[in-house]
Amino acid sequence: MDAINLLIEGFSLAIQPANLIFAAIGVFIGTAVGVLPGIGPALTVALLLPVTFKLDPGGSIIMFAGIYYGGMYGGSTTAILLNTPGESAAVVTALEGNKMARAGRGGPALATAAIGSFVAALVATVALAFLAPPLVKVAVKFAPWDYFGLMLIAFVTVSATFGSSPLRGLTSLAFGLWLGLMGLDQLTGQARLTFGVPQLLDGVEVTTLAVGLFAIGEALHVASRHLYKPERPIPVKGSIWMTKEDWSRSWKAWLRGTVVGFPIGALPAGGAEIPTFLSYTIEKKLSRKPQEFGSGAIEGVAGPEAANNASAAGTLVPLLTLGLPTSATAAVMLAGFQQYNIQPGPLLFTQHADLVWGLVASLFIANVMLLVLNLPLVGLWVKLLRIPLPWLYGGILVFASMGTIAANPSVVELLLLSAFGVVGFLMRRYDYPVAPAVVGLILGPLADNALRRSLQMSLGDPMIFLQHPSSAIMIAIATIALIAPFVFKGLSQFQHDED
Amino acid sequence: MRQFLKTAVCLAALAGTAFYPGVSTANDLELTITAPAGAGGGWDSAARSLQEAMMATGQAKSVQVVNVPGAGGTVGLAQFVGSAKGAADQLLVAGITLVGASISNNSPVDLTQVTPLARLTGDPLVVVVPKDSPIQTIDDLLATIKKDVATAIWVGGSAGGADHILAALITKAAGADPSKINYVAYSGGGEALAAMLGGQATAGVSGYGEWEGQIKSGDLRALAISYPEPIEGIEAKPLKAQGLDIELVNWRGIFAPPGVEGEDLDALKAAVDKTVKSQQWKDIVKARGWTDYYAPSDEFNGFIASETERVRAILTSIGLAQ
Repeated sequence: MDAINLLIEGFSLAIQPANLIFAAIGVFIGTAVGVLPGIGPALTVALLLPVTFKLDPGGSIIMFAGIYYGGMYGGSTTAILLNTPGESAAVVTALEGNKMARAGRGGPALATAAIGSFVAALVATVALAFLAPPLVKVAVKFAPWDYFGLMLIAFVTVSATFGSSPLRGLTSLAFGLWLGLMGLDQLTGQARLTFGVPQLLDGVEVTTLAVGLFAIGEALHVASRHLYKPERPIPVKGSIWMTKEDWSRSWKAWLRGTVVGFPIGALPAGGAEIPTFLSYTIEKKLSRKPQEFGSGAIEGVAGPEAANNASAAGTLVPLLTLGLPTSATAAVMLAGFQQYNIQPGPLLFTQHADLVWGLVASLFIANVMLLVLNLPLVGLWVKLLRIPLPWLYGGILVFASMGTIAANPSVVELLLLSAFGVVGFLMRRYDYPVAPAVVGLILGPLADNALRRSLQMSLGDPMIFLQHPSSAIMIAIATIALIAPFVFKGLSQFQHDED
Repeated sequence: MRQFLKTAVCLAALAGTAFYPGVSTANDLELTITAPAGAGGGWDSAARSLQEAMMATGQAKSVQVVNVPGAGGTVGLAQFVGSAKGAADQLLVAGITLVGASISNNSPVDLTQVTPLARLTGDPLVVVVPKDSPIQTIDDLLATIKKDVATAIWVGGSAGGADHILAALITKAAGADPSKINYVAYSGGGEALAAMLGGQATAGVSGYGEWEGQIKSGDLRALAISYPEPIEGIEAKPLKAQGLDIELVNWRGIFAPPGVEGEDLDALKAAVDKTVKSQQWKDIVKARGWTDYYAPSDEFNGFIASETERVRAILTSIGLAQ
């Protein structure tokens, strides 16, 4: 009951005209930087930090929250329209979203992403408001062995989902895992597979790989076929709005994505990528039309987009309750708190309750504003696809390279991008799925660190994974998920034989 | 959309300058500060705070911050040494982590090759145990380490960084072999904090500020700080006051490129010194929870040399450097 009163007070803070304006500026800038690959929300918040020094704490933190949510949303727009994920969390959205756009259904794809983000953020913000303190107690108990169990589940489900044949999927995954090994090893500080190139010491940037494989590989592929079969511009079929069927296929995916996204986002090392991959897998399994996956299934956009935004709200749980930033943007927001002598942490909810609930309330408002800002833009965005293909793909090449250079101005980065582009082209040409490579790069280092930290803590005893019930259960789930398809296949053959 | 972004960024930049009315034109330096790390980290916030203070005090006409992340700062340092040579409008923010990273990455460049202008801040590290731990004092911790160095699990920031160095120094002081230390590295104090709160470690090391909330709320028990003297507002006593001859400060400083000499160098020194002595800078240091650790150029120069040798010796003893 207390929480509701505090929330109402929070709304009275957030609804002040000045704070509404800050929220509006925040979501506007956030959407814009989310659209551009390279200029992420973290950099934007860092740039704006000195500007907001003169504002009151409430106003500036409200604006940062707007940028954060806006950035999460903007990243999906380019993923859907141009197959160029602006952020690593939008990689999954590109899979089905871009297929939908190229089938002339870009409007519904953008709309389900916008509304799904809205629904997820709304539910997750409510969860943040009421569950943050108890949830964080569970989250810090999540030990390296538990993370390893979670990674195993992610690996098994994802590699089973994406490959057209398991061997091709695993080959692509192995490529990603190999890239993931590059750079300084976090646990020993030693360089691995860097070939003496200092720029490789930090490993391969996920967005560079994703943009190279998806956008550049796609552009080269289209160019290679263009000579034989000139493509006409993508037609916009039917309404740009969602049909009744779209709605009925989307709403469950939104809710399931939220349920996956929020708790994983709240884990100190959860992130936004794992829930999007898991959500995609779940939707593919549960879909009434699984055959549409790979050629533009709306659930494949709705679920991951909801998971993405729910995990963004989730990362605020450790930030506010522990002072623990789990993403670069959250780290900059932490600095924003500190410049007003406010230290997020266990005492924040008691010492600065007004500010916390003001932030929660403004997250609601930012959310509504995002929907208002983005739905009318859908029609405008979709027109982008009417650009003749050579122009469109030429633009994508420029856009992708500029984004990469903006994020990290170095020749090595650009060479990597080009190399990944060629690899992406070859993978398309020989029918290897590109998504598992990105999964390998994201999850590989996480799994590597979790495994070795566990073994370091158990002094090398592998039984540590089975001694803790939580990790034992997750490893069991992963094992079942790996074996079950073969068993079922065997069973059905067996039954078939009996007939 | 891109056009819009440009406008937005311009507006933001305009707003940035508009907030500093009455900037005097006493100094017309146009500076670029390289932060050899990504946005949001310690060096980035030091660079941006210095930018803010230099513009607010009128010690520079314009200040830009450039992030060159990578490999504990060595990528940014290499670029700075290579391309900014002799440029009197280029500055670099760096600290003890970069000293360690240059050594353990076998980098061809290190901080002895750039021109120290001033040491700015120095934050104490803190040694903590979980609240349920039987370890009550630093002596208890030393005894635990001496009994079995391998089962005493440390958590802290990246391998070879200041946290790791302090853990190694304490292990050595306990009479154990520092090369046998069981140090579980996390990407930063935040992730390591979760491991501490989850009770997965024996002891942890981090910057005091990062764990202050948990220390004050009683979730973590602070045994000691690594600063040489007691600090106002911090209850934990220095290691030195508890009979261990260990001091380690997570310092940050500002540097000019190699080859900047004479009047150019004097102008930069003067601008930095005046900024650091201003009320604006003191306010920022306080707001950020940093500890002032100012040393002028000459003193800082000698400090860099001795610190480099000391860090090399420790890293060699834990096997991270040859």
